[in-house]
Amino acid sequence: MIPPSGSSPAKKGRFEKPVKRRNFLGFAAVGSFLASWGAGIIGALRLPIPSVYPEANPRFRIGRPDRFPVGSVTRIPGRNVWIFRDERGFYAISAVCTHLGCIVDRGEDHFKCPCHGSVFDEGGKVLSGPAPSPLPWLEIGLDPSGELIVDTQVAVPPGSRYAV
Amino acid sequence: MQFEKSKKHTNKMEPASAPLGGFLHNLRELPRNFWAAVFRNGMPTSERARSKAVFGNFFLHIHPARVHCRVLKPTATLGLGVITAALFVILLVTGVLLMVYYKPSLADAYDSILDIHHVVPTGRIIRNLHRWTAHGMVVAVFLHMARAFYTSAYKPPREFNWLIGLFLLVLTLALSFTGYLLPWDQLAFWAITVGANIAQSPREITDVLGITQSFDVGGFQKAILLGAHTVGQEALIRFYVLHIMVLPIIMVVIMGVHFWRIRKDGGLARPRAADPPPVPGPPAGAKTYGLMALIRDTSPLVDRDLKNTIPAWPRLFYAELAVGTIITAMSIAISLWADAPLKEIANPEVPENPAKAPWYFLGLQEIVSYSAFMGGIGIPVIVLLGLALIPFLDREKEEVGVWFSGRRGRRVACRSLLLAAAFVPATLAFTIRYGWLRNWFPEIPQIVITFANPGTLFVAVFAVWSLFVLTRTRSTRLAAIALFTTFLVSFIILTYFATVHRGPNWGFYWSQASWPELHGE
Repeated sequence: MIPPSGSSPAKKGRFEKPVKRRNFLGFAAVGSFLASWGAGIIGALRLPIPSVYPEANPRFRIGRPDRFPVGSVTRIPGRNVWIFRDERGFYAISAVCTHLGCIVDRGEDHFKCPCHGSVFDEGGKVLSGPAPSPLPWLEIGLDPSGELIVDTQVAVPPGSRYAV
Repeated sequence: MQFEKSKKHTNKMEPASAPLGGFLHNLRELPRNFWAAVFRNGMPTSERARSKAVFGNFFLHIHPARVHCRVLKPTATLGLGVITAALFVILLVTGVLLMVYYKPSLADAYDSILDIHHVVPTGRIIRNLHRWTAHGMVVAVFLHMARAFYTSAYKPPREFNWLIGLFLLVLTLALSFTGYLLPWDQLAFWAITVGANIAQSPREITDVLGITQSFDVGGFQKAILLGAHTVGQEALIRFYVLHIMVLPIIMVVIMGVHFWRIRKDGGLARPRAADPPPVPGPPAGAKTYGLMALIRDTSPLVDRDLKNTIPAWPRLFYAELAVGTIITAMSIAISLWADAPLKEIANPEVPENPAKAPWYFLGLQEIVSYSAFMGGIGIPVIVLLGLALIPFLDREKEEVGVWFSGRRGRRVACRSLLLAAAFVPATLAFTIRYGWLRNWFPEIPQIVITFANPGTLFVAVFAVWSLFVLTRTRSTRLAAIALFTTFLVSFIILTYFATVHRGPNWGFYWSQASWPELHGE
């Protein structure tokens, strides 16, 4: 590169000393060179970030409400979600541990993660272990066809029920 | 010399009167001439020819033509660098062979591993070799780093090669990690699920700050790694591409740089005592080749006595070949004796219990079981940064190539070993007996545990210990030895502990024999 011009003893602001024409052209060349490479690299690195995630629909039907008697706890096959029904209605709790994504086991009145031993109470609240947050409660609703529908991407406040 | 003779002979012009005779003569001489064309110089017999044999050969010229005789002393390096390189070569060869049958798709991956194990001729031993040498390479890389550290081989002018070595360590671990998914068994699936969620664990911090919506580093890292929200086909193909293509190519190039820098930094680190002062007389180095005498550099020849150097050909090559052969023989023996693990096919609904990472990540998994972010990202980054900074923070000009820098260093290393060997098991025993913060204060916010857990406690205590050594001895080298030793020892203890004493639900068990029967399996 072109060496910076001469010696100016006065320490003024950066822009008070005019940039020489030849230096300007040099800076412009280097700048556009770096910018074009940078744009190219960023463009190439955009590729591995998916814009559509290849996975089963996060909203899925689980069957008609009468499939689930009051007081029942059901694990939906193929989906990591627990469906509960009590007198006040339906609720769904995710079975994916908030620590590192293992699938929690359901015990008598708690959930337990086999990977690092996080324990959650029956409402998903962390009792012990490394899990940073409670198991999310998932949105549950009724499809026009009369079937219940669960959305694993929408969390609802713990304690809320869907009454049919 | 036979080859030179034949060359001279054939170089003679054949009489033009016998065209067919000349042709037949050339045909007869073809094998010899071909040999002479490939191996231009024949077996070297003089010192000069031995040098030429090295720098005139593409494959050998990564070595210097002459090396210091100390290189051949086994205790100088324990041969760990050569062992690592040899294991890498075995991995390349067996890896390419496995690629012949392996199919990176959810439908076929597990079955193709079963085929390789049960049907493919020699498939079982090739897969075993690939798995066991991969483990061996991780061990060798760690030991090699420890050797370089304890013999001060990171000191100027070798700082940059230390950094390259660190990069190679990370690459080795990345190769192991990406390879771990490919069999698509339960072990693979859950280890990578845990790993990918560690990549997502910066959310532990961003969630607390409330900026996950706009600045989701964790989610970004996981998305780029898996190409999906969960481990599936996208992840398998990404890991496959990284494992067989991207990482090995980077590895080979960086290894080349690593080896080349050894030469350019003046060969292996050696104490000054190994070199008597230069003898007065004609400038040294002129005896072999001229260019090196002109450049004042760290070449082994400049201003040094040639008496302490030997031609790399043939003794260095014999030594390297011997180490490589022994390592290969040992790997084959282990592979004949023990099969690489393969569990049931991956089941995304039922985790392995316990779900353990490969053993070299289990030390991390032990501290991950307190905080995903600190154990999986925070502390590893601190450790890597610390290792990278060692050559720039310890600038003491003292002997290189001396184990532990002498008696004082040995004493500090011993005390550090005792400290870590007492403190780490004591802390683990305490947490098993009494639990940790959340067991005492159930409402405690996660962010407190993120920054106050056994892992961060270890880092803090060892940092204080190192500072104590620094103020007591006023030696940055001794402080570095204190820090490195405590970390190394605690890494080994944590790895052992998580491997042997962690069972279902990450509970403590004296041995696998005392694991409870698991329901539903």
